[in-house]
Amino acid sequence: MSASDDIWILGIRMTKFGKHPDKDTVDLAAEAATGALADAGVTMADIGVIAAGNLMAANAGIGQQLQKQIGQTGIPVYNVANACATGATALRTAIMAVKAGEVKYGLAVGVEKLSGAGLLGGAGTKKKDADVWTPRGRYGAVAPVDGRIGTEAMPGVFAQIGTEYGHKYGGTSFELFAKISEKNHAHSTLNPLAAYQKKFTLEQIMNDVMIAYPNTRPMCSANCDGAAAAVVCNGETLKSLTSQQRKRAVKVSASILTTDPFEDGCQVLPNVNTLTRNAAATAYEQAGVGPSDLDLVELHDCFATAELVHYDNLMLCEKGGAADFFNTGATWRDGSTPVNVSGGLQSKGHPIAATGIANIWEICHHLRGEAGDRQIENAKVGLAHVIGLGSACGVHILEKSAA
Amino acid sequence: MTDQIPLVDYLVLDDGDPHLVAQECTNCSARFFDRRNACASCFASEFSSVAVATEGTLRAFTIVTFAAPGIPTPFVASVVDCDGTQVRANLVNVEPDPEHVRDGMKVRLATYSIGTDSAGTEAIGFGFEPAT
Repeated sequence: MSASDDIWILGIRMTKFGKHPDKDTVDLAAEAATGALADAGVTMADIGVIAAGNLMAANAGIGQQLQKQIGQTGIPVYNVANACATGATALRTAIMAVKAGEVKYGLAVGVEKLSGAGLLGGAGTKKKDADVWTPRGRYGAVAPVDGRIGTEAMPGVFAQIGTEYGHKYGGTSFELFAKISEKNHAHSTLNPLAAYQKKFTLEQIMNDVMIAYPNTRPMCSANCDGAAAAVVCNGETLKSLTSQQRKRAVKVSASILTTDPFEDGCQVLPNVNTLTRNAAATAYEQAGVGPSDLDLVELHDCFATAELVHYDNLMLCEKGGAADFFNTGATWRDGSTPVNVSGGLQSKGHPIAATGIANIWEICHHLRGEAGDRQIENAKVGLAHVIGLGSACGVHILEKSAA
Repeated sequence: MTDQIPLVDYLVLDDGDPHLVAQECTNCSARFFDRRNACASCFASEFSSVAVATEGTLRAFTIVTFAAPGIPTPFVASVVDCDGTQVRANLVNVEPDPEHVRDGMKVRLATYSIGTDSAGTEAIGFGFEPAT
């Protein structure tokens, strides 16, 4: 591998996640993008490509709106949408353009306004039953099926993904899933950019409003506003930059995007496991590291039930051993494999298209030694994971600069 | 007797006991509940209709207490393993609480009335109920 094959994150920034009533998506995207550019020490004049995502307005061209806000240079824009993996997809797109040698610098941006959005995935408004039963759609349904044939809302879908893990391997319980949430909320108290920085007791979590058993409200990802952006370049370009830029640059040792291969039942209940396992296996091979080398992991804990299955899918534990692994305390910030020290999606928040870059910002922050009170000491290697239902999975492995 | 219509076209009411049908790939036996141009598993393009077993095992479940407007709660959403075919359905005729809904429980297909339209046709839905 020559230096031109290596990919580096030169600059990266996330906004505060939470309620931003006075800012629209363009304001938030601009804040993250200009922050990432300043962090990288480059300007819009240097950027050769923009990849941008805003899932809730995927047809609005957020990339071009951002250009009008911070600099129109005529470069190509790729507006991307890949469910909750939209941010990772934007980053992957910018990386591919740099890797192909077409541009020196790529800018990836993800932004979402989601405060007060409520339940995602199911029907947003009541669908009325027809006056005369008339079959419609691919299943010839005569009435709405959400709630009659299972659930389409995210909390219930991911609840089943958690109970299915228990069906296969045992060891799960309502209390176990609640304890995962307890960990992430405790972690969030050290993250000033988290939407919520509130510690919950196990009892508070278990006695809170049940959304879809076993997920209570604090066990669900927090809808909020936010943006994140990153500037990437290759190793050859990095060589030409200042020692300060080289020192703070973070190496992208693996950048992987997968979808789910066919398996029985995957079209009935989304299979979030196999595509994550495939992405992780390829990422470990590409980076030349294993799960035991990871100093920290940011994984897609959209619900507490999801975090558990991804311990296994990312091979942080033995197959089937996720419950035991968690019960050893391994994934707390003082454990052997700290997971979601940012507070995770349950407390940091989940502005969908921003999430896949914000997770990487968190890892970079630690690898640069800039994470303040929540710094994982001597962090050298980290992994960021996101999954969007449909499905798409992004896994990035990042390494501290040797410079 | 009033006319009946199934909630979805893969619920069969007029050919023996109520049951579900799947489209099965004639090459690799992968099953789908709606149409495919080619099999998602092996890309073959021939399918045949097959009856799905009416008894099964509860493989995954959730008790939904907070849903989109107009959906009555609580209800039990689940995936039932019907002799190897995974089926999405609600559990019915069971108390919707963790004491009564247990992972691995044996269940069987059950039908129920969704309502009668202005022409007098009754829509019939399906779910799975405890088998013991």
